[in-house]
Amino acid sequence: MDKVIIAQDLSLAYSNNETIINKASFSINSGDFVFITGASGSGKSTLLKSLYGALKPKQGSLVVGGVELKAISRSKLNFLRRHMGIVFQDYKLVKEWTIEKNIMLPLLINGYLKNVAQDQVEKLLKHVRLNHQIGKYPLELSGGEQQRVAMARALAHNPILIMADEPTGNLDEYSSQLIWNLLEGANNQLKTTVIVVTHNIPKNLNVDYKHFHIEYGNIHEIS
Amino acid sequence: MKSVRNHLSLVVALLSILFSMQLFFIVERSIDAYKVKLSQNYSVIAVSKEELSSDAFSKINKIISQAQEIAPDSVIKKLSSDMKSTNIELLKLTLPKFYKLSLKHYPSPDEIKKLKSDLLAHNAITKVEDFAHTHDTIYKLLLLFKNVVTLFSSVVLVVTLLLIFKELRIWQYKHNERMSIMGLFGAALWLRSAVLFRLAIVDALIASFVSFGVFAYLSSYPWVLEQFRNIGIEVVVFNPVDDSLMILGVSVMISIILASLIVLGHKEEA
Repeated sequence: MDKVIIAQDLSLAYSNNETIINKASFSINSGDFVFITGASGSGKSTLLKSLYGALKPKQGSLVVGGVELKAISRSKLNFLRRHMGIVFQDYKLVKEWTIEKNIMLPLLINGYLKNVAQDQVEKLLKHVRLNHQIGKYPLELSGGEQQRVAMARALAHNPILIMADEPTGNLDEYSSQLIWNLLEGANNQLKTTVIVVTHNIPKNLNVDYKHFHIEYGNIHEIS
Repeated sequence: MKSVRNHLSLVVALLSILFSMQLFFIVERSIDAYKVKLSQNYSVIAVSKEELSSDAFSKINKIISQAQEIAPDSVIKKLSSDMKSTNIELLKLTLPKFYKLSLKHYPSPDEIKKLKSDLLAHNAITKVEDFAHTHDTIYKLLLLFKNVVTLFSSVVLVVTLLLIFKELRIWQYKHNERMSIMGLFGAALWLRSAVLFRLAIVDALIASFVSFGVFAYLSSYPWVLEQFRNIGIEVVVFNPVDDSLMILGVSVMISIILASLIVLGHKEEA
C-alpha cells in the first residue's frame, strides 16, 4: 500500500525553540483512518500543522504525498494543499462570504467550472443538512452548523487526504455524529486518507483505524 | 449596505486627494493666466542716447520681447509754448529716445533686477524705470496665494495619507484572514490577492468618476466662470482628456500601491 505520509526522526518546534515533537518516526498509508490523541498541549495540533505545511520540521524528514516538506517551495506547497481537505478547530470560514462561497473555495482553487462547483455545493449542503441555510453568512449559523460547513468545504474537491483538528470538540451530539458519518463515508467510499486529532475516539465508528498517541513529545502507535 | 461601507472609506480618502490635486492645478493655471495678463500690461521704460532696435534690446536681455519707441511729441508740446519752430526741431534731435519694453513673461523680482542692470550696462542707455515697487507687491501677492494653496493641498495630502494608512491596517486585518484561509487550501498568491486588487481598482474608478463629474460640472458652472472673468482671465477648470487621465492615473496608482502593501505585508497564518 502507498504511503501518504512518512516521518523520520521528525522534530517540531516553534520560534521559541522549545521542542514539541521529538524525533518521531511513523508512516500513514493511503486510505488509512488515523486518530491522533494526547493531553492538551501535547503537540497534536502542532503535528497536524506540520502535515499541511504550516510548520516546517526543525529536524528530520517529513514527506507528504511524496513531497519533502522541510524545504518545500511555496508553489509546491500550494499544489499539495489543493489535494488536501482541512477542518480546523476554529472552522476558519471566510466571514464575509456566504456558506456556499466558502464551500466553493477549494473547487474554484482547483479550477472547477462555476456551474459544476455550484452543483457540487448544493449536493454537499444536503449531505451536511444545511440546504435550508443557503445564502447565510457563517456568523449567522451556530457553532455546529459552522463546523458542518467547514466539513463540506474539506470534502468538496474529493481530496486524497483529509485532516481534522478536533472537529467535534464543542459540538452537540447531532452535529458530532454527522461529522463522524461524513468522515467515515469519505474513508469507506472514496478511500480518502483521514487524520483526526481528538481527545476522544468515538465508540460507534464503523472503520478500522490507526491510533497514534502523543506523550512528552513522543509519538506511540497504539494497537 | 455592508458592500457600500467596504468601498466608502477608501473612496472618500481618494476623493480628498483627487480634489486637492485638481484644485492645486486650477490655482496654478489661474496664476499662470494672471501672469500672462500682467505681463501684457507690464512694461519697463528705458531712456537711450541713441536709437536701438527691438533686436538690440533682445540681445541685452532675452526676456525683452519687443521695444517700442515712445513718440517725444507730448514732452515737446509741454516745452514748446515759447519756442521757435527751428528750436523745436533742434530739441527733437537732442532729446534722448524713450522706449517702452514689453517682456515675454511676467518677471520675478530677481529677473527685474538683472534686466535693469543689463540695460544700464549698455553704453547708450542712461536711465531705466522698472516700476519695481508696484511689480513686487503684485508678484508677492501671487506668490503668497500660490504658497497658501500649496500648503493647504500638502496638508490635505498628508492627512489623507495618514487616513489611508489607518485604513490599510484595517484592510490588512480584514484581508489577512481571508488570504490565509485561501492559502491553506492552496490558492496561488494572485488568486488570494485578486479580491483585494479588484476592490482597490473599483474604488479608484468610483473616486475618479465622482471627480470627473464634480469638476466637469464646476467647469461649466456660471458662478465659477464669473469669478475668473472678474479678474480678467479665462481658466480651464477641467480638461476632459488631460485631467481625466491624470485623475484616473493617480487614483489607480494609489489604490494599487495600497493593495500591494497589504499583499506584501501579509503574513501566513501558522
